[in-house]
Amino acid sequence: MTTLHDLAVLNGRVVGANGVTEGGVLVCGGRIAAIGRFDVPEGIERIDARGALIAPGLIDVGAFAIDLPAFVAGGITRAVLMPDQAQALDTVALVQRAAAAGKPDVWVHPLAAATRALAGQELAEIGLMGQAGACGIATGRGWIGSTGLMYRLLGYAGALGLRTVTHAEDSALAGHAVMTDGETATRLGLSSAPVEVEALAVARDLLLVEATVAPVHFRQVTTARALDLVRAAKARGLPVSCGITPAHLFLADHAVTGFRTFARLSPPLRDEADRRACLAAVADGTIDLICSGHDPHGAEAKRLPFADAEPGMAGAETLLALSLSLVRDGVIGIERLFAMLAGTPARLFNLPGGAIAEGAEADLILVDPDAPWRIESDALAASAGNTPFDGLPVQGRVLRTIKGGKVVR
Amino acid sequence: MSMSLSPPENSRDVHPFPHRHLLGIAGLQPHEILFLLDEAEQWVTLNRGTAKHDDGLAGLTLINAFFENSTRTLLSFEIAGKRLGADVVNMAVAQSSVKKGETLIDTAITLNAMHADMICIRHEASGAVQLIADKVDCPVLNAGDGRHEHPTQALLDALTIRRRKGRIAGLTVAICGDVLHSRVARSNILALTALGAEVRVVAPPTLLPAAIERMGVTRFTDFDAGLDGADVVMMLRLQRERMEGGFVPSPREYHALFGLTPERLAKAAPDALVMHPGPMNRGIEIASSVADDLSRSAITEQVEMGVAVRMACLDVLTRARRGVAGW
Repeated sequence: MTTLHDLAVLNGRVVGANGVTEGGVLVCGGRIAAIGRFDVPEGIERIDARGALIAPGLIDVGAFAIDLPAFVAGGITRAVLMPDQAQALDTVALVQRAAAAGKPDVWVHPLAAATRALAGQELAEIGLMGQAGACGIATGRGWIGSTGLMYRLLGYAGALGLRTVTHAEDSALAGHAVMTDGETATRLGLSSAPVEVEALAVARDLLLVEATVAPVHFRQVTTARALDLVRAAKARGLPVSCGITPAHLFLADHAVTGFRTFARLSPPLRDEADRRACLAAVADGTIDLICSGHDPHGAEAKRLPFADAEPGMAGAETLLALSLSLVRDGVIGIERLFAMLAGTPARLFNLPGGAIAEGAEADLILVDPDAPWRIESDALAASAGNTPFDGLPVQGRVLRTIKGGKVVR
Repeated sequence: MSMSLSPPENSRDVHPFPHRHLLGIAGLQPHEILFLLDEAEQWVTLNRGTAKHDDGLAGLTLINAFFENSTRTLLSFEIAGKRLGADVVNMAVAQSSVKKGETLIDTAITLNAMHADMICIRHEASGAVQLIADKVDCPVLNAGDGRHEHPTQALLDALTIRRRKGRIAGLTVAICGDVLHSRVARSNILALTALGAEVRVVAPPTLLPAAIERMGVTRFTDFDAGLDGADVVMMLRLQRERMEGGFVPSPREYHALFGLTPERLAKAAPDALVMHPGPMNRGIEIASSVADDLSRSAITEQVEMGVAVRMACLDVLTRARRGVAGW
């Protein structure tokens, strides 16, 4: 690092692994030097938190775009980037360029493309990309249909210590479906697939994890049946983890009524029963982390007939506010929430940060968990405002984003 | 469904059709559907006369923007517009700049800039017509979007049934065939259930959409059971390409299991009416002897009612623009 930062954040409530404590955080040389009560060195920059939460900077697993204004506004200090870029991240040079793209304000940790051009045919140079800074590998937006290739991929990546991020949708059954089977898809006349597409994919990949003992992360698991499989696999001690976005926790498939393309997502929204199962899986720990799925698309990709529109949502700035409602609704506690948004992602992908601990990188956010605001598509800092939550009143604002001791917001 | 067939109480101030567009049957109240059927009756009479002309829409420009190939529906809309005196322009996809990569929204804005007074749109994508309607200043009529809706087909079918059977409420209507891919089926289910009919859908499971019973219909996968006692048998067209996707094995097997033959029709009510939105695949979903039996088949009458219903829709949707009193 070329610049080192000293800073004292005072009068806050520090979110630690074991609870929230009154006090502050002292940053020296970009690292956390003291937590709680401490003597503030002379001449150091001070920030009065005025009772706000001092929490670890968020680590967003599986963002599709490097969108710095959105990350900074959303309190995301590290983004684990999907390889689905304009050019798939399938070479060392592309990985290195992506890894440098956000510094110093946001650190981007690329996932290497598991297969060349993400075509699902041949292995990409994942070992070299791992050495070049990829924090894991990913199958991209799609599922690898060839079971043989997936088996070899997991074995190979596992031996290198790289976690494989996979998309859980059996494409042979899903076909060109843009919705989950159900009343909404039927009324709108949109092609849909049985909800089992996800469990089929998860079941296969879990068997391959058992065979290879390679760590796998399902980017999103959104159905009761597939969550049951993950729950059982974890109970057997398999190295699996999974994530979810707020969209699948707070919206069901009827959100697309009126052909709302902002709610066209991949995987598609599920029914109300599955949504509740997702909440239960957050509560019982089956779901490891919450991610934004940040995938900004402008009008040219979204102002189209529903099936022709690109799937995906702009989620970076709404991740924390939406997730905070899990705490308000009593689904999880505040410590667990920040574990899901920062600590666990850091652990799964071997990243620095993710927790407020002495000696750790000073990636911090100041949060007013109660501040009310309204999500407005046009007012987002993201490169596009395609949020399915447009118009929703929420609570919880990121007041400051601090990366490596430097205030970036 | 608790909707009433008659307009609400104190209906003197209730607008008979308070909609700018006709994008689907969804969203229409039963009395609004009946209003359109009632309006269509006068055009049936006019169309059967020698001077089939009215000047009600004189000076208005009607654009038929058909992004999907169609002969019959396009012709029906063109005749409807011309009989009402409108200047009718047809835009077919083969000649349009859509082929050159123009987006649907840009096409809509272009049509709008030409000051169309009414646009009838057919598109292969569900929801495409609503997308255009949101961007133009004039009324838009959905002439079929993907698998979603085809409201004028449902209206003409309801009119045909009402004229032949004298009523719709209380009738049992069996909609048979490729319901999964059919916008005709969806619009008909919405209209007929709203008007009080008991609707069944009858098809192999591969051609029935998920959760279709949530639309208020009963699901049958056995053709004979589905036909049992039906007052109206509405057959749907089976596209040839369904053989490729693993939906049905062959035309021969489909005809054997789900084709409407005189023997099959005998399971329905003795005076059951046979309908088909056309174009028919004779020998696949329907036997010629059934299709051509004038005492049972209402298929040509459906075509006739189509023109009348479309005239009614064009008339009603342009009343505000024409300054008709009360609109």
